[in-house]
Amino acid sequence: MGATDQGVIGQSVRRKEDLRFLTGAGQFTDDVNALRQTCGYFLRSPHAHARIRRIDLSKAKAAPGVVAIFTGDDLTGVNGLPCGWLITGTDGKPMNEPPHPVLAQGKVRHVGDQVALVIAETLHEAKDAAELINVDYETLPAVVNCVDALKPGAPQIHEQAPGNKCYTWALGDKAAVDAAFAKAATVSKLDIINNRLIPNAIEPRAALASYNRADESYTLYVSNQNPHVERLLMTAFVLGLPESKVRVIAPDVGGGFGSKIYLYAEETALVWASKKVNRPIKWAADRSEAFLTDAHGRDHVTHVELAVDKDGKFLALRVHTTANMGAYLSTFATCIPTILYATLLAGQYTTPAIFCEVTASFTNTAPVDAYRGAGRPEATFVVERIVHQAAVDTGIAQDEIRRRNFIRTFPYATPVALTYDIGNYDATLDDAMKVADVAGFPARKADAAKRGMLRGLGYASYIEACGLAPSNVAGALGARAGLFEAGQVRVNPTGSVTVFTGSHSHGQGHETTFAQIVAGRLGIDIAHVEVVHGDTGRIPFGMGTYGSRSLSVGGTAIVKALDKVIAKGRKIAAHLLETAETDIEFKDGKFTVAGTDRSKAFAEVSLAAYVPHNYPLDKLEPGLDETAFYDPTNFTYPAGTHICEVEVDPETGVVKVVNFTASDDFGNIINPMIVAGQVHGGLTQGIGQALLENCVYDNDSGQLLTGSYMDYAMPRADDVPSFNVSTQVTPCTHNPLGAKGCGEAGAIGAPAAMMNAVHDALAPVGVKRIDMPASPHRVWQAIQSARA
Amino acid sequence: MYAFDLHKAASAANAAALLTQTGGKALAGGQSLVAAMKLRLAVPGALVDLSGVPEMKGIRKEGDTIVIGAMTRHAEVAASDVVKAAIPALAALADGIGDRQVRNMGTLGGALANNDPAADYPAAVLGLGATVNTNTRKIAADDFFKGMYETALADGELITSVSFPIPKKAAYVKFPQPASRFALVGVFVAQGPGGVRVAVTGAAPSVHRAAAIEQALAKSFTADAAKAVKIDAKHCNSDLHGSAVYRAHLVSVLASRAVTAAG
Amino acid sequence: MLLQRRPKEEVVSIKLSLTVNGKAVTADVDPRTLLVEFLRNNLALTGTHVGCDTGQCGACTVHLDGRAVKSCNMLAAQANGASVLTIEGVAKPDGTMHPMQAAFKECHGLQCGFCTPGMVMSAIDLVQKHPEADEKTIREGLEGNFCRCTGYHNIVRAVQLGATGMGK
Repeated sequence: MGATDQGVIGQSVRRKEDLRFLTGAGQFTDDVNALRQTCGYFLRSPHAHARIRRIDLSKAKAAPGVVAIFTGDDLTGVNGLPCGWLITGTDGKPMNEPPHPVLAQGKVRHVGDQVALVIAETLHEAKDAAELINVDYETLPAVVNCVDALKPGAPQIHEQAPGNKCYTWALGDKAAVDAAFAKAATVSKLDIINNRLIPNAIEPRAALASYNRADESYTLYVSNQNPHVERLLMTAFVLGLPESKVRVIAPDVGGGFGSKIYLYAEETALVWASKKVNRPIKWAADRSEAFLTDAHGRDHVTHVELAVDKDGKFLALRVHTTANMGAYLSTFATCIPTILYATLLAGQYTTPAIFCEVTASFTNTAPVDAYRGAGRPEATFVVERIVHQAAVDTGIAQDEIRRRNFIRTFPYATPVALTYDIGNYDATLDDAMKVADVAGFPARKADAAKRGMLRGLGYASYIEACGLAPSNVAGALGARAGLFEAGQVRVNPTGSVTVFTGSHSHGQGHETTFAQIVAGRLGIDIAHVEVVHGDTGRIPFGMGTYGSRSLSVGGTAIVKALDKVIAKGRKIAAHLLETAETDIEFKDGKFTVAGTDRSKAFAEVSLAAYVPHNYPLDKLEPGLDETAFYDPTNFTYPAGTHICEVEVDPETGVVKVVNFTASDDFGNIINPMIVAGQVHGGLTQGIGQALLENCVYDNDSGQLLTGSYMDYAMPRADDVPSFNVSTQVTPCTHNPLGAKGCGEAGAIGAPAAMMNAVHDALAPVGVKRIDMPASPHRVWQAIQSARA
Repeated sequence: MYAFDLHKAASAANAAALLTQTGGKALAGGQSLVAAMKLRLAVPGALVDLSGVPEMKGIRKEGDTIVIGAMTRHAEVAASDVVKAAIPALAALADGIGDRQVRNMGTLGGALANNDPAADYPAAVLGLGATVNTNTRKIAADDFFKGMYETALADGELITSVSFPIPKKAAYVKFPQPASRFALVGVFVAQGPGGVRVAVTGAAPSVHRAAAIEQALAKSFTADAAKAVKIDAKHCNSDLHGSAVYRAHLVSVLASRAVTAAG
Repeated sequence: MLLQRRPKEEVVSIKLSLTVNGKAVTADVDPRTLLVEFLRNNLALTGTHVGCDTGQCGACTVHLDGRAVKSCNMLAAQANGASVLTIEGVAKPDGTMHPMQAAFKECHGLQCGFCTPGMVMSAIDLVQKHPEADEKTIREGLEGNFCRCTGYHNIVRAVQLGATGMGK
């Protein structure tokens, strides 16, 4: 702490934000209260699919404490929630994009679909009143499985989506793939289910909306990852308000993992209603609501085939995936199983031909969207499971088959539209194998066998595309928003610095990492740097935090703003030191005349900028406050190898993770402590997916069967081991920080490594297929079936 | 949560009177009841708080039994030197109920009166052949558990304490349901004055004795003898976390592990 | 079932008298007030969080007469006459952090900070009961607290370091 030299970059500086969280002084949305605040409560559909014949509010409106009740019929002039990514199908037509009403209109399409907003003086009163609302439902058959939804005769969910199809989309050269398969020595095949997950940020979603009659403006506190996008979508697409009249504040946010990127119906309804009742309205989801209504993740059904030649070289990869969109299109739902999935199917390998076809369907389930990794864990799972299978089928060792196919020449253009700028996949594989003591595995396996246990080792050599993205490329692929980031560096008169970033921190530690960048570049004490985020009223603009983009894109925007600050400071210093600008060097927090000891401290220059008595006013504006917008020229490509070692008790089916090693290449690292923490968290979510977590809807009724922590298994401290994490570095070539991003890697690599280990452990007893999660019951059943 | 009246009882007799008067429910530690009320699944018009009833507290040894007051918290049983010395399996079982925070509130009497089909304590009470003492009578464990969430307790009747006979050896092995960590299956095995008793929780709608395993262990108190018994899946629960066949299989496996643990 | 409900006008409030973070507190509350609601709404102690409705996540953990309990799963009335300690009362009056708080910062045992107050309260209780806890005991002892960010790795380190600090 308190480092004042550029050495602060690359150090495990302890976090600036910790004090408030550790002392109970954090300000999460539900901790914020407004004068004359009311409580909002949503009456939700108990049915998966039903027509609403009639809603009778008479008793409810007369209940004690009720301020107002609104239903879909009241929302005249309010549009549905938009989808931010247009996918064009293989038929050349745009995807089917049915309306996504803020409150149900005529029909409900999943359990938890919001039917009415009840506003009352207290939450008890709001809930009591909601029970008095009489909704006459005509229940309809429901479908929850994404493959079943596409079958003839399936219940039709939207008029605008015949056959429940959203789109069929493809990427890659089908003819080349077919030709390569014809020449293959070995063809490996797998059927894969990527299980549906519920994100479960520990802070449930919450919002507090208020309306100010004096200037006809709205203020929304909301637990959200990208307040500017929230405001843009809500004002421009749904409510038809000028953005200037809406301030969105995302204060401390208790975890997001993707689920808080989106514009949801609840906060939109609250903002709209706050003017109607002319009082602030608070809504905080309870966990049961979160289970029903937060956007879920994953839910793919895939068939994959890999063609391999006689030397173990991959010839071609063929993938067919069906993806569940849920009942409505969430903000970025459509790009997850396409743009963020199929483009990653080359993995770390030189596979010359790849073809992927994806069909997305509507079902009577909660909307599905990005969840930590978003498309890339699904892609990695497909690639690394089939590579594992190919090694088994060809008899080549798991590490060897990977090495035979690694990309080693960069930049490398994949057959699925990406160009990897740099990487060193041998380095992370070598490192991981060393740390995991792969050499000692046979002895450990033999020892386990003596105890009646089955031990297995699994690899995942993953790649991801982060730092979304060049906006023009994304636009060409259907994005309806830009993907740049904004940063503002405001140097205050006495030399302290306030940084405004469009990235949002909900656990990632930006207040520290970004301060390290600023302190390092300006050579000032990190204690004099404040990072402000999460407020459209204070920050110029922002695209928010997702896709491991904050450092590589948001951090770079700050660096660009810093460059401008230093450039202007150089001009001011040249004036003060009566020399030419070209003679001024900036180093260690001082502007120095090159080759002399004449210098001006950074704070002297900032003071001159704000007290411009001796200042080149004819050539230069006063003040030292610079803003930059940065749009990257390419994705970044973090990559690495994860190795998981498990032990299975065949008698009970219990799988225990006994060792987990992650060797990752995130490019340059600003704060190793924070990076390791991101990896630990991602790994646990990945292990959670592979071992514990599963969102299950009842096939007939469409009821959510895993609607609480009683049935949805969250990873606890004793479910996971301590992790071995290490990093290798190939700096990103196209951003000044050389950073690639680290937030999702754990969740991307872990499921494949873990399931490969489970399959390795169970191979001797003849088990061929186990889907995630590898719960004791499933593993035991698989062993029984194999033995039968 | 719906509105209710709250009464605080000064004695067991007072509590029973208040319950009869109000038709309400007894509040012990509240770890299941308050959760159910929050979700509007339990809707008592009145609660009678038992935390101030002195005769429902405490752990003591009386000859060859251990008597534990109904309002004794799980954490107190787990940490009790008296219990650890006499029936270590009971202390260990209490130490595995819920999580640490739940153990710091939840009580023996509350758990038994609730008789959750996946709760741990009923397995100990039935496995040890304990006696449930109420404000009006003594109920043998074999007569106490009547079915899912059902017990022999009459309206207004309160558990005041439980008397556990000290066994020669005993052990409880729980296989946790991965999400809730309640028992997917839990098996309590005891060898005591009344012979071998094996109580099973989690596997079926209510805690019950596994007669076939008891017979096998009476002949040969070995892990293999327990494991060799095939349990009929017909009466077992089936849900997301385990089929009836899996649960039936686990009963034998856990019984054998409990025998090993009992030493 | 609904017949058993008390009509609202018949709600009889109860008198609460307890100690919170060393200060005596009295209030009249609706009997259904949960302890966490009392702390957050009546006393503005918003460091204690609510993360679930089934008593599992542990974000609401406080100490009741020295025992870690889940304040969302008990009535405020159950704390009547007791002493409650929340995250706001853990540091010294001069602001010096408790050794467990300091250890969480030193070991990066928190990310988003939402589970953190409950986690710290639970960890302090754990170490008070098991001063010599090893990694296994710590992991099992934190069964009642969910963290979605850290993967628990650094929380375990923090509890170990906090235990050392508390032992001094």
